[in-house]
Amino acid sequence: MSYSSRYNRQENLESFGLGKQYKLLNSRVLVVGIGGLGIPVAQYLNAMGVGVLGLVENDIVELHNLQRQVLFTEADIGQSKLNVALERLKLQNSETEFKAYPEFLTTENALKIIAEYDIVVDATDNFATRYLINDACVILDKPFIYGALHAFEGQVSVFNHENGPTYRCLFPEIPKADEIPNCNENGVLGVLPSIIGSLQALEVVKVLTGIGEVLSGKLLVYDGLSQTTRKIGFSRNPQNLKITALEQDYGFSSCVNVPTITSENFLSLKEAVQLIDVRTIEEFEKDHLENALNIPISEFSQKLDALNFDKPIYVMCQSGKRSALAVESLLEQHPSTKVFSISGGMNKIAEICH
Amino acid sequence: MTILLFGVTKDIVGSPSLSIPTSSVSGKSIPKTVKELKVFLGNTYPELNKLSSLAVAVNNNYAKDGDAINSYDEIALIPPVSGG
Repeated sequence: MSYSSRYNRQENLESFGLGKQYKLLNSRVLVVGIGGLGIPVAQYLNAMGVGVLGLVENDIVELHNLQRQVLFTEADIGQSKLNVALERLKLQNSETEFKAYPEFLTTENALKIIAEYDIVVDATDNFATRYLINDACVILDKPFIYGALHAFEGQVSVFNHENGPTYRCLFPEIPKADEIPNCNENGVLGVLPSIIGSLQALEVVKVLTGIGEVLSGKLLVYDGLSQTTRKIGFSRNPQNLKITALEQDYGFSSCVNVPTITSENFLSLKEAVQLIDVRTIEEFEKDHLENALNIPISEFSQKLDALNFDKPIYVMCQSGKRSALAVESLLEQHPSTKVFSISGGMNKIAEICH
Repeated sequence: MTILLFGVTKDIVGSPSLSIPTSSVSGKSIPKTVKELKVFLGNTYPELNKLSSLAVAVNNNYAKDGDAINSYDEIALIPPVSGG
């Protein structure tokens, strides 16, 4: 496959040309989250010829992802999103260098990972990670491309670009758990993330190559129902550029506010515990803890009579997200239950046990 | 005065926009600043008070609490959104 034929539609593009194409090839872009937003971002950046793509994701493909995460197929359900995405993206462009991070972005790994890249794409689905990305990018002086969704609406902006304003200049405080619904609770129309993710990919190219007017100091608000876009101007608050260290706690567990137990503490429990694994049957069959009872989350609220409410109930899944949702729904129906979600789930337990 | 609503504020109010009176025959006070507008809306829709970061745009520019608002201004409430 010759390089010259591959990108000639871009190289022939006036005001882009070979020079900008080389800039893309020499760029390193980190995409945090390979879901609704991250998939179009990664596919287009890969197609357009970004040299190095870093991908951060630690979730598995689930049936309800397929209406918007169009890189995945039914056959991928239960597989790691990162592995499936890598396989497809390598087929799409064998010239790209990929760096895979099978983990979620945390206060422990964020600075180390982000330091290796020119630009970060925030394609996450929660406030904790967005504020973490913001602060890490301010500390490391990296621009980041923000995109987020709500129902039929989306927001896009470029933060911390050439001393421009940051996410905190727009929204200073991290919203509390119950303030703003997420996609799980609120829903999102399948095509919306693809529109917003594509806009993010465009801003990445603009920042990397210097073409056009970067969406810095402007928040683009897109409303799919009325097909209107609106740009809100905002300026930087110099205080927000003075961040020198990450916060201790971005409230990661507060996405769903339920009692949790760390994987370490769970594994150190001596007595025979009541353990419910809410992953799919396929995931459960692949690998599970000895004493676990499998009740997939889709059936969980109908099968509560399988639980012994006289004993503490420990709930686990792959990453700790679904178990938190299960615990939340259990507590709604039986508020006085002694129940815990095991944070980090099977991923963390496997890490500790190996 | 028309206020455009985005994200969760649209869900709270139950409509994409909202009209508030700019002159009062009943003697009720009319919001003259962004802060007064937030209080005015918070009284009618208490759920709005729960939002810790709510951006208010006046004529497509981010406005601070002390900024003045007039009847001809276009105002938008823009909360953070989290989905991806």
